[in-house]
Amino acid sequence: MTERADDDAVVVELRQLSRTFGREAPVTALSAVDLVIRRGDHLSITGPSGAGKSTMLNILGLLDRPSAGEYLLDGAPTSPLDDRRRSALRGSRIGFVFQSFHLLPTRSVLGNVLLAFTYGDVPRAERMRRAIGALDRVGLSHRRDFSPVTLSGGERQRVAIARAVCAGPALLLADEPTGNLDRSTADSVLALFDELNADGLTLVVITHDARVADRARRQVRIADGRLTEEPPAAKRSERDRMASA
Amino acid sequence: MKLRELATEALEGVGAKPGRLLISVLGSVVGIGALVLTIGLGQTAAGQLASHFDAIAATHVEAVPAGVRGADGKEHASSPLPTDAVERVTALAGVESAALLGEVPLGGAELTAVPVHDPALAPVTPPAVWAADGDVIGALDGHLQRGRFFDAGHVARGDRVVVLGREAADDLGVHEIDSRPSVFLGTTAYTVIGILDAASTRRELLAAAIIPITAARHDFPGMPPPDTLALRIALGASELVGHQVPIALDSAHPENVSIAAALSTTTLETGVRGDVDTVFFAIGVITLLAGGLGIANVTLLSVSERTGEIGLRRALGASRRQIAGQFVLESLVVGVLGGMVGSATGVAAVVTVSAIRGWTPVLDLTLTLACTALGGAVGLLAGAYPSVRAARIEPAEALRGGAG
Ligand SMILES: Nc1ncnc2c1ncn2[C@@H]1O[C@H](COP(=O)(O)OP(=O)(O)OP(=O)(O)O)[C@@H](O)[C@H]1O
Ligand SMILES: [Mg+2]
Repeated sequence: MTERADDDAVVVELRQLSRTFGREAPVTALSAVDLVIRRGDHLSITGPSGAGKSTMLNILGLLDRPSAGEYLLDGAPTSPLDDRRRSALRGSRIGFVFQSFHLLPTRSVLGNVLLAFTYGDVPRAERMRRAIGALDRVGLSHRRDFSPVTLSGGERQRVAIARAVCAGPALLLADEPTGNLDRSTADSVLALFDELNADGLTLVVITHDARVADRARRQVRIADGRLTEEPPAAKRSERDRMASA
Repeated sequence: MKLRELATEALEGVGAKPGRLLISVLGSVVGIGALVLTIGLGQTAAGQLASHFDAIAATHVEAVPAGVRGADGKEHASSPLPTDAVERVTALAGVESAALLGEVPLGGAELTAVPVHDPALAPVTPPAVWAADGDVIGALDGHLQRGRFFDAGHVARGDRVVVLGREAADDLGVHEIDSRPSVFLGTTAYTVIGILDAASTRRELLAAAIIPITAARHDFPGMPPPDTLALRIALGASELVGHQVPIALDSAHPENVSIAAALSTTTLETGVRGDVDTVFFAIGVITLLAGGLGIANVTLLSVSERTGEIGLRRALGASRRQIAGQFVLESLVVGVLGGMVGSATGVAAVVTVSAIRGWTPVLDLTLTLACTALGGAVGLLAGAYPSVRAARIEPAEALRGGAG
């Protein structure tokens, strides 16, 4: 476990973060949330519908701003940043995977992956190499010239993952990534997540599925905008026991 | 993000739905096309007129008595043209037709259709009367609508015949000549033998009546000698004619005769642009505006359809400004495309119409470029509002639903 020496570098820190919607009769989606996510963490977020999971992910992804409190990314507060800087940060540091894959039907598989570089500053020559590398990684380089509409759901989600990781983000955010997939397809996607996490990618996965949540080292539960984390000790010792067996 | 990437994205966005592109581009194509056609036809017609003008200017000259500055500081005709001027120059090399012309001072007499003056009739300016000798039709590049011009025989006999200009004939109510109608100069009857339709170098004759010079001298004894000898000359003969005609007219003092082109360029401008042009131009502008609205509409539709894509792009790092830029560029591309296709269509139409009419098409290259740019400007304007809408879309909301 020596390679995890700098694993305690903090990627995300939420301090008393709240998010309310609406002025008259405001809805509190998150209230006074504290959370620290370190490099290499694999975090699952569960909770009932409307609990504030997606709201949390949108804020982590700089797609939304908190109503109160502070969000620090890579140690720097994000509230003073303007739209341009937030967008640049989002493009370079954060990858997204959605339940509905959000692939553009008018572009090829490779074209969809290359879209990740549109707003960044990766040199042109480097882009193709990285995109093909990412498709290789998700096992779809033989489909790179296909239209995404010809792919199965699991394949589409793998293309979306390739798009999310090819620019080399520090944080991967997934909202119900297996929600549209059957069980075995979901398993292959989850295995891919595990691999990426093992390579050091920080992972936050929202899910309704206990099986998906169980694969994460840290399990966070949101209910009524409040966040609780289950003590990981039991699971970790169980997992360590299995590994040594 | 560099402009090149933005342009690539915009082009891909535009090209993704060719059917829709066609619809959104159509308005500006028609608008720009109509503008190019209108302006192009205007230019072509002007060019046509100019080349016709050049041809006439090169072959039609007029000899007039040279002005001499008198003791009172005013110009006076030095000496009148000889009465046999036509005979003197007709034999000269390079001279093809010659006609002597002079206005007849009516001195109270009027040219009327009836001998009695009817005070109940609305007063009209009576037509001017000109006296002529020689080949008027040839010398003035004229054309008869009907009938004939008087010839040497009429002149020799001093016949009271008259050729009416088209407008004068209308004013006098003379529409046919088969019944040999008469008009009256004062109380003297003249038989109408022809109606003049065109006289390129002397348009004023269309509103006048022309009588043989001999009859004019007889009926208006105080008439001064004619002051213009109109000539049609062979192409390239102007120098020769300019040298010989003055000698033939006044061998002792050829400097008393001056030769000038029968047309001045100022007469060219009139009548090039008619009402049809204005109408076409207005149609072009209105269609172009409608085309701009069309582009705005389609872009707006595309923004709302592509909400999910906008959310995705924001997630991939696009700023609001970049999203706006993409949609502005998309409608700019549509506008420029409309401008280019419209200009090309307009040029093709101008060429086709010219070919049918047997004209030489004249088109300013800058005009087609300007029209392409105009299309771009329309696209840019049309894209402004939709792109602001696109930029305002909240990414979190855009990403919530969506297929793909
Ligand atoms: N833009 C918004 N305007 C108003 N209310 C909102 C908005 N977005 C979310 N909410 C409200 O905030 C609360 C949390 O929503 P959120 O989408 O985070 O729930 P969730 O945990 O992701 O639910 P699900 O499991 O159904 O996806 C809900 O009550 C929702 O109605
Ligand atoms: Mg949700």
